[in-house]
Amino acid sequence: MSTYAVEVVYRGIFQKRLSGNICRSIVLASRMEGKIGTAFGRYGDSPERNGIPAKYFAVVADDALELEEYLAQYEPTQVDATIVVDDTLCKGVESWAWYGLQPINALTKPGGTVIVTSYQDPEQLKEDIHVKDEPYNLAIVKGSKSFSGLWVYKDDHTDVRVLGALARVVPDMVSLESYQKAILQQWKTEAKVVSSQRSHERVHISPVEPGEGNETEPYSFEMPGWQEMEEALVIPGIAQGGGFRGGEGGFEPVRSAVFKKYSTRTMRPVVNFETCTKCTLCWLQCPDSCFDVTPDGLYDANMEACCGCGVCEDVCPVPNCITMVNEEAFVDNDSQYEHWQKNRDDYMGWLEKKIALGKSERRSHGFHHVGQYQEENAMAEVGSDD
Amino acid sequence: MTTSADIQTLETEELISGSEAIARACALADVDVITAYPIRPYDTVMQFVSKLIADGELTCEYIVAESEHSQFEIVKHASAVGARVFTGSSGVGWFYAFEALAVTCGLRLPMVAMVGNRALDDPGAFGCEHNDALAVRDLGWMLNWAATAQECIDTAFLAWRVAEDPRVFLPVAISTDGAFLTHSQQIVKVPDKSLVDRFLPPYDRGKFQLHPDNPITIAPQVNEDWLMEIRRQTDAAMRRARDVIIEAHEDFKSIFGRGGDPFLEEYMTDDADVVLMGMGTLTLPLKVTVRRLRERGHKVGFIRVKWFRPFPTPEIIESLSRFKAVGVIDRDYSLGSPLHGGVLFNEVRSTMYSSDSRVPIIGFVAGLGGREITLRSTREMFEITEKAAEEGTKGQEIHWIGVRE
Repeated sequence: MSTYAVEVVYRGIFQKRLSGNICRSIVLASRMEGKIGTAFGRYGDSPERNGIPAKYFAVVADDALELEEYLAQYEPTQVDATIVVDDTLCKGVESWAWYGLQPINALTKPGGTVIVTSYQDPEQLKEDIHVKDEPYNLAIVKGSKSFSGLWVYKDDHTDVRVLGALARVVPDMVSLESYQKAILQQWKTEAKVVSSQRSHERVHISPVEPGEGNETEPYSFEMPGWQEMEEALVIPGIAQGGGFRGGEGGFEPVRSAVFKKYSTRTMRPVVNFETCTKCTLCWLQCPDSCFDVTPDGLYDANMEACCGCGVCEDVCPVPNCITMVNEEAFVDNDSQYEHWQKNRDDYMGWLEKKIALGKSERRSHGFHHVGQYQEENAMAEVGSDD
Repeated sequence: MTTSADIQTLETEELISGSEAIARACALADVDVITAYPIRPYDTVMQFVSKLIADGELTCEYIVAESEHSQFEIVKHASAVGARVFTGSSGVGWFYAFEALAVTCGLRLPMVAMVGNRALDDPGAFGCEHNDALAVRDLGWMLNWAATAQECIDTAFLAWRVAEDPRVFLPVAISTDGAFLTHSQQIVKVPDKSLVDRFLPPYDRGKFQLHPDNPITIAPQVNEDWLMEIRRQTDAAMRRARDVIIEAHEDFKSIFGRGGDPFLEEYMTDDADVVLMGMGTLTLPLKVTVRRLRERGHKVGFIRVKWFRPFPTPEIIESLSRFKAVGVIDRDYSLGSPLHGGVLFNEVRSTMYSSDSRVPIIGFVAGLGGREITLRSTREMFEITEKAAEEGTKGQEIHWIGVRE
């Protein structure tokens, strides 16, 4: 019996079509080899929203009976490959209802592969990816995050480049040749076949040993039984909060112990406390009340609550005081204010470095002006040739 | 009679979801009017219908209404003038159309609706529960539950054929389990239009057609002098639907070469002592568990109810009388009902009252809100039902399976 399963972890809405295309192509290509499969999105108890981590699966089996055996358990518990189409998701997935943080490699089977589309190198990615007891491989398809909007699809070949890599890491599931036939059948362009070929040849694969990676314990949460839960759909309120970091001055709201936003972000604000005028606008406008008020009246963006929307940067009246930086530039969720307090010079150096590394030019995903699609496509093509 | 070689050349294989399969059926059945109002998971069918229209593969009036109530009213009226129609909804959206749902049956207007089964709010939830479609069970809607994407496309053709049969003229709702069927792409055989045309005659309302050349009045106001007779007529139509369904399934089988029994799908029941029964996609884990338990010597089987209205009373009596115990799985609830059991459980139990066998019937409530009915929970249900068979209880028990205690 040889049944294969692949998951694609993606950013809700922005990469819905991308992940769908990948899984659909896997099944169509497997059919070229006389196999049978199914492709489905994991739509559970939480809606798919902009940027929220979500999953798509493809399962391929030799025959219908084998497929049925496998699918009797709807959501796979082990996959041959985990495909990550936004490298910031390597920090973990809070997929469909905030029941804790799932390491990105949680379902990757021993000896399986995590495929990431990224410009980072393996060592950088391993700072984010949680440790695992079994060895697995890390494959990198060089490229930027392919984000689109709800109504458009950015056809930058990320889908077929992932398929080319997949044929390298799980060759027995579907061959490159079959993927290429399926690609041609769907898109009717040789260019996408060539992209899959190049990616197949260039994908960078390296082994990850047991215990290698991010050692932080992913936070988890025990769900109560029906008799313990509050009745009438009533959710108890959260206490108002008190002084900054439990001290006398400032203000820090008490936050939900189970509802965190660590992995919803694709970018985060960094604050220049030296130029801040304490105007309060970021604190007022933040839709997630993520700013804690420090005893000296500054505002510290708390990464537990920030979803990375960029409103604070928009409303800040001081040039370059708040800057949105790509989430991949960070490995922890530590307080910026505390860092600044401890060592101002060191903080200012850190701030400058982070901005240089990953200032996010765009305030939101999707397309905002005519011609943006063409511009980004050209950029993606340059990327794929690296 | 079509040979299997004929069918092969007249069908193409596609990788599509249950919703997409029904949208494809709309194009192949030449549907005239489609109305829509978005609600998940039904809205997936809207997406595919729009795509077929944009691609020039479907020509119809496609109206996105301002609410579900109007959505169902529009197709009701379109059906009155002789248009083949398709519509649908999910969860509370279906409930928002409730008045329109009720009047359609009295007016004897055929329509085919897809219900993407979804839990009713509150709490806001997207997962699959069957309470939405089941709510119309007393009104004159024919209700069918599909198990695979293939069955979605096949059932759609059957649904128009039965609904538009002059002996019936009643609406059909095809239920598709939210997520498990609406969002899952499977390999589906899509027939050529020539096959569909052979199976599905044009909708002809005859003397009931609302048309300037045929001046009639429909939907009058009546009093107690008339209503009982009107209800009795609708009742007679629903009774006739049974034979029309059987006939349509036979024709379907001879033209498309697939289909199985019209009302019940029985799996490994021939020598079974104990069976579980249910509706929709829970078939998948149940079949696998039946196979695994049989390897270990358990004589178990599974029965899937395909048509819930008209209820397959004779088939169920005949079938269930053979077993030592039956477990009925409800992906729904009926709070305060007899024994606090689910809807299917109580219907099956009531059906079996006229059987001599007095087989113990156990009720299970499982998979609510889209929770997965796992292999483990299907084994648990078989264990409980086997125990009932040994002890010969009369099935006074309802078990909630997979709920966090």
